[in-house]
Amino acid sequence: MSIWVLRGLRDGVVTTRWPARPDPYADGWRGPVRLLGPAASVDPALCPAGAISDQGVDQGRCILCGRCVAQRPDLFAWSQGATGPAAAALAREALVVPEVPETDEAVEAARARLRERTAALRRSVHVRHVDAGSDGSEEWEIQALLGPVYDIHRLGVFFTASPRHADVLLVTGAGARGMSGPLRTTYDGMPDPKVVIAAGTDAVSGGLLSQSEAVTGGVAATVPVDVWLPGSPPSPFGIINALLIAVGKLPGGRKRTRRAGEAQ
Amino acid sequence: MTITQADAGTLWQELTSRVNGGDRFAGLFASRSEGGPLVLSAHVATPGRIDTLDAPLPPGAAGYPALTPGIGAAFWYERVIHDRFGVVPQGHPRLAPLIRPGSPEDHALPRHVAGYGIFTIPHGPVRSGVVESIEYLVETPGEAIPHLNMRVFYKHRGVADRFTGMTAADGALLAERAEGIASVAHALAFCHAVETIAGGRVPPAAGLVRVLHAELERIASHLDVAVRLADAAGLAVATARFALHKERVLRLVSRLCGSRFGRGVVVPGGVSAQPLLPPAQILAEAAKLRKAVTADAAALMATSSFLDRLRGTGPLSPGRARQHGALGPIGKASGYADDARLARPYDGYPSLATRPAPGPAPVHTAGDALARLRVRWEEVDQAFGLLRQAAEDLAERSGDPLRLPCEPSRGRAAGWAEAPQGEVVYDVELADGRIVRCQPRSASFHNLVLMHEVFTGDILTDFPFIEASFGLSVAGVSL
Repeated sequence: MSIWVLRGLRDGVVTTRWPARPDPYADGWRGPVRLLGPAASVDPALCPAGAISDQGVDQGRCILCGRCVAQRPDLFAWSQGATGPAAAALAREALVVPEVPETDEAVEAARARLRERTAALRRSVHVRHVDAGSDGSEEWEIQALLGPVYDIHRLGVFFTASPRHADVLLVTGAGARGMSGPLRTTYDGMPDPKVVIAAGTDAVSGGLLSQSEAVTGGVAATVPVDVWLPGSPPSPFGIINALLIAVGKLPGGRKRTRRAGEAQ
Repeated sequence: MTITQADAGTLWQELTSRVNGGDRFAGLFASRSEGGPLVLSAHVATPGRIDTLDAPLPPGAAGYPALTPGIGAAFWYERVIHDRFGVVPQGHPRLAPLIRPGSPEDHALPRHVAGYGIFTIPHGPVRSGVVESIEYLVETPGEAIPHLNMRVFYKHRGVADRFTGMTAADGALLAERAEGIASVAHALAFCHAVETIAGGRVPPAAGLVRVLHAELERIASHLDVAVRLADAAGLAVATARFALHKERVLRLVSRLCGSRFGRGVVVPGGVSAQPLLPPAQILAEAAKLRKAVTADAAALMATSSFLDRLRGTGPLSPGRARQHGALGPIGKASGYADDARLARPYDGYPSLATRPAPGPAPVHTAGDALARLRVRWEEVDQAFGLLRQAAEDLAERSGDPLRLPCEPSRGRAAGWAEAPQGEVVYDVELADGRIVRCQPRSASFHNLVLMHEVFTGDILTDFPFIEASFGLSVAGVSL
């Protein structure tokens, strides 16, 4: 046993200080694609996940394959950074960039509703995770939060087995129909107030599987989602960011990116 | 190679004689082309290649003689065929739904064991901890586990059907998401099938980049198993140490390609881009990782309280492993090694020394959780060796092409790759440049059914060890 005491001291402190201090790995993260110019000239077939339309890019559908960035670098670029208000959204429509003006109001309303509910949750938050048809990678990224590098306990966030003890429902997966019942039962079993996070592009929209008959195309068909986190899979920093936004420890909602040609 | 048989009966005869002759049963599925009859297809792995045996069923046939009584490994495959197409394999021992629940009765608690005080623990699909959804039904008198039943249908996503109509390039992206923790291996198996149809090979430099990512994926996956085993044994420091190493591996992957799971790297015809780190830096990072992982692995394998929990736990006999054709570390721990990298080499592997030198690979026959962990450490060590060689060779090929045009219009082929969990097989058929049918088969699907059989003498507290030592992903089971 004593060998493990010594081994535990080997690398010193490896835990990130984020969000108190910036973390280069979080800042350098390659996020969903953003738009540099008007999307009207782009063939929507360029995107295998159907994220591109003449309205812009739906980051909730982006699977981060990078095909559009490689083929039209003049129009598309990666968004940078896994954290910050732009990484997770408080309204589904806010994931579509550039945003339409009405989105601002929707986000503001969502933020107000969330603030009301989560005022009591700030210092000790218990999270229940449910896999509703993920590919397995999202679970790895959530498990990483319990490891020494991210160590989510330092932020007062804990995972719990019982939905009765949970404040936050963290859902992954495209919304497999077989999981609709268990997911709803878990949600119903949680006491109020409660917050739901859809973690990953699959959970937000179904991703590449959105057309599959076996899934509901995102988990919002089964439970009311408060925080939308794209990514295929999202980074561990992105998941922490979404958790902190969900309980009001970080300001949520996306800054509005103006449409090209719109008056400043 | 595809061989068409007259009917299901001759298909079974051919299959049985080949399996008795030493070939391995590698899968069975059904498909229906528009307006055509239902066709049964079996895969047989033999040194150097995987053969496909086809047999059409008569039009309108409601059933066919089941294969499972002859080849037990077909047990789950035939249940999937029944779920998807409704045809009945006559003589199948237990035709309950596997990937699609049919009616509310399918959710009832089954009772297989009768006896005083026997009850069923329904464990799942929402279980404690951050894990994938699966339901274990544990029949127990309190400690022993005389019977285990598994329901995997909860997270069925319809992946196999979703391939239909996609281009090969899009199909590779979906393959990466079939089983997320083996993204690279699934993309490789899919792309190998497409490349076989096109009749082309990938450039040597691309083959090396593929090896690089496939081996990093293996190291990360085996470290994940170590994390789960150490966690089950309550070794907090060991859990943290291996979680730290796993995170470092995932970060190295993300620095190579932008994705922590190597997604977007493997494309039909090669790889999408040069690694973002120069080979010299990959070598330095890998050497540092190897030193740290090896030291902690040695410490773990010298912790007697940990080894006591694994020794003799969840044993799979060599005879059963051979009979079932157990894949990956589970097979190797029971003396049955059919590693696709050696038996049916692909990409950069033929040019790299896949066999551990010097001397032959160690053979394990204990088949318990401890042997499975030992196999994984050997594979990790071997993976670091392959990583070093691939990075060194890559340094000499800095200006080489990484991708050849690969847009086949029509044809069918099987492709394979060795995932951390074992061999993955894709059967892909294209017409007019689109996928008309794609049948993925993960090692998780083939191996998970063996968990029914390994609880002899084990008790409830052994459950997490056995589950972790299998190291499978439910996503790959219920495609």
